[in-house]
Amino acid sequence: MSTSFSGSSRTQKTSSRPGRTLAILALVLVALLAAVFIQSATSIKLGLDLRGGTSVTLQPRLAPGESGKVTNEAIDQAVSIIRQRVNSLGVAESEVTAQGSGVNRQIVISVPGDTGRRVVDLVGQTAELRFRQVLVSGAPGATAAGTAPATPPAGVSAATNATYAALDCTQASNRQGTGSDKATDIIVGCDRNGASKYILAPAEVLGRQVSKASAAINQTTGSGWYVLLTFDDSGTKAFGALTTRVTTLTPPANEVAIVLDGLVVSAPRINEAITSGSAQITGSFTQIEAEDLANVLKYGALPLAFDRGEVQQISPTLGADQLHAGLLAGFLGLFLVVLYSLLYYKGLGVVSVGSLLIAGSLAYMLFLLLGKWIGFTLTLAGIAGAIVAIGITADSFIVYFERVRDEVREGRSLRSAVETGWIRARRTIIVADFVSMIAAALLYLFAVGGVRGFAFTLGLTTLIDLIVVFAFTKPILTVLARINFYSSGHALSGLSAKNLGIIPTAVPSSVKEA
Amino acid sequence: MSKFSGLGGRLYRGETSVDFIGKRRRWYAFSGVLILASAIALSVSGLHLGIEFKGGSAFTVTKTDISVTDAQAAVAATGIAGETIIQKIGTNKVRVQTGALSVADSNAIQDALAAKFGITTDSIDTQIVGPSWGKEITRKALYGLFGFLIVVLLYLAMAFEPKMAIAAIIAVIHDVFITVGIYALVGFDVTPATVIGFLTILGYSLYDTVVVFDKVRENTRTITSTSKMTYSQAANLAVNQTLVRSFNTSLIALLPVGSILFVGAGLLGAGTLKDLSLALFIGLATGTYSSIFIATPILARLREREPAMQALSKRVSTRSTTPASSATKTAEGAPVATVATMEKRGPRNQPKRDRRR
Repeated sequence: MSTSFSGSSRTQKTSSRPGRTLAILALVLVALLAAVFIQSATSIKLGLDLRGGTSVTLQPRLAPGESGKVTNEAIDQAVSIIRQRVNSLGVAESEVTAQGSGVNRQIVISVPGDTGRRVVDLVGQTAELRFRQVLVSGAPGATAAGTAPATPPAGVSAATNATYAALDCTQASNRQGTGSDKATDIIVGCDRNGASKYILAPAEVLGRQVSKASAAINQTTGSGWYVLLTFDDSGTKAFGALTTRVTTLTPPANEVAIVLDGLVVSAPRINEAITSGSAQITGSFTQIEAEDLANVLKYGALPLAFDRGEVQQISPTLGADQLHAGLLAGFLGLFLVVLYSLLYYKGLGVVSVGSLLIAGSLAYMLFLLLGKWIGFTLTLAGIAGAIVAIGITADSFIVYFERVRDEVREGRSLRSAVETGWIRARRTIIVADFVSMIAAALLYLFAVGGVRGFAFTLGLTTLIDLIVVFAFTKPILTVLARINFYSSGHALSGLSAKNLGIIPTAVPSSVKEA
Repeated sequence: MSKFSGLGGRLYRGETSVDFIGKRRRWYAFSGVLILASAIALSVSGLHLGIEFKGGSAFTVTKTDISVTDAQAAVAATGIAGETIIQKIGTNKVRVQTGALSVADSNAIQDALAAKFGITTDSIDTQIVGPSWGKEITRKALYGLFGFLIVVLLYLAMAFEPKMAIAAIIAVIHDVFITVGIYALVGFDVTPATVIGFLTILGYSLYDTVVVFDKVRENTRTITSTSKMTYSQAANLAVNQTLVRSFNTSLIALLPVGSILFVGAGLLGAGTLKDLSLALFIGLATGTYSSIFIATPILARLREREPAMQALSKRVSTRSTTPASSATKTAEGAPVATVATMEKRGPRNQPKRDRRR
């Protein structure tokens, strides 16, 4: 691989250093391989449709004129609430993410494996903040079997009382937000941290009646965080009535629980009737606790209800089937393309097979690394994109080869045909790949969910195609043009006079059209 | 193979030439019929939208010796009203498709199927799409389609001469129409995967047109100064010269798509792979057709209207009629003319034999 060759005067720039270009490509490949090992990215992350799992897309449900309620904060809060619920399933690699923009934001939950309906039930429920009067509170543990429950206060049914007695809030599984509580029911619930358990009266004030909430520090003492909250007009009335009624009652009936998703976030004692519409919650809060509570009050105050937009449940069996089908289609497609290249282009076909191999290994290593770096997951649609790209990649070689053959037909030597053909093919290849990239970018922007993977791999492999054509196919052809097998037009080189249909006498090499 | 390669050489030099531009009325008529048929099919039967667009549920049960009647009985027993489509996929799968269901109803169907076939609900492959989500998906798909067409239009207007851009866009719209028509006519399901595949193929169809137009541009760069060929002739030569390339690129692109279709439709039955590759397959075929038979003839017609090109065409025809032309008239209908006649109105594709390289 000498580097001293310089092409005909027209083409000096592109032909000068085929060896160097190839060496750089080899370095890049080695660097990528090293990165793969250093990052220990040894397997491609597979999407749920290839390994089985459940994905649920949730859409905010909005009454007319409520579009302003879908804010970033509201969505983030919803994501964190749902993430807590999903994490309670204990399935590794579960993901909860927000997608889209504006009022069309969605929350996408994906949980691998066989969890099907549990996921769907768990995430589909609405989280709404409610203020409920505490009727009974007590230690978190279950009352020992056989012990008669304490006499229920007025209005609490014996059944509810029994449920309360049996409830064990020290168990983490009982502290999942179920969201199944009805605002009009008397409910039994745990403290969020499992510190105590409660029987709670029907909700009297709802989260959406809170207009503001913030954490603040006592200015005079400099310590002692508290939470300030302000109600809207209807909230002021309702909260005023509630506090006026309970403040004189005996503990724990003078406490009002702040309940989110069926769990008691906090149950402050009401010291006085609060009719002004602004209240303070004091206690021995740390800064973080105060801010958390304020956040719950603020965002829980946004009643973002969600609809199941789409639920997709794929069993691991189907996942494995789809993976096999995808791989089979890939190998079949690759095999056919290689076969056709070799049959039609013979010696040149070897170049195209080599280029495909380089492109394939680049793509594979990038899939591995992108899985580590940006969490790229390969889906069935992604595999399809990569297979389609085999054709697009091979097309670039054909455009180039046909150009070279045209130039040879015009009477050029192979050496100069490789260079002049390149100048003309290069433009076509760039324009064509650019069109593919536009397509991929737009598809990525407009596609939802799984099919996005198609656009991503299509775009990525088109980019790889450009790299391979520039850094491998062209330089290698420059090098091969110096080998007698190709330059003399050997019968198997794909450049023989017979292959090209050149009738020697009919094509005097000196005559050329401008 | 080598015989075919030889054809590439003959096409390149113009010895063998297919008169794409001169016979344009034939292709236009053919496309016109297809577009008319598409319009009729679309208005009569419409598109079969998948549940992703209209909302609904699909449950796929995998079990050996499964039967449609059992599944039917299980679904009927739940007493859930509405249209259900139950079909067998492959040998061991049954797919139950229903309209939009409430959470309780879809759970009931899952339970009924699980009980009937003695499997767990988690092993039933389920897809549930809410009606409002379907609207969202439809909106996105339409945005994607129009966004794509607009961006491509802008890009082509920048990358090509304006008239090339117009011709390319007409060809793209032609492809859209015919592909949609085929879907309406045959009744294939249209899913988001179909739309994605379809948009991809619009890109690919442009790729083909780009290759042909590049050659047209190269061939026509000097025609006004040399006065050897009319624009149409130069363009027709370009199509012929790129014919082998077009054929090869389309075939190579079709091979992987064909394997996806084969595996997707044959082994998996339904789903993303089949929908994607079917749209790609149909689009690829119409795209290749339109870049050769529609885009270039339209371009040639547009350019021939220019005064400079009309003057050129006059010069060329006087030059070629002065020496008694010994051209043989080809039989009407034979697309391949080894020697083309030079007429005043019908621009022919190749220079006279004595001027050929």
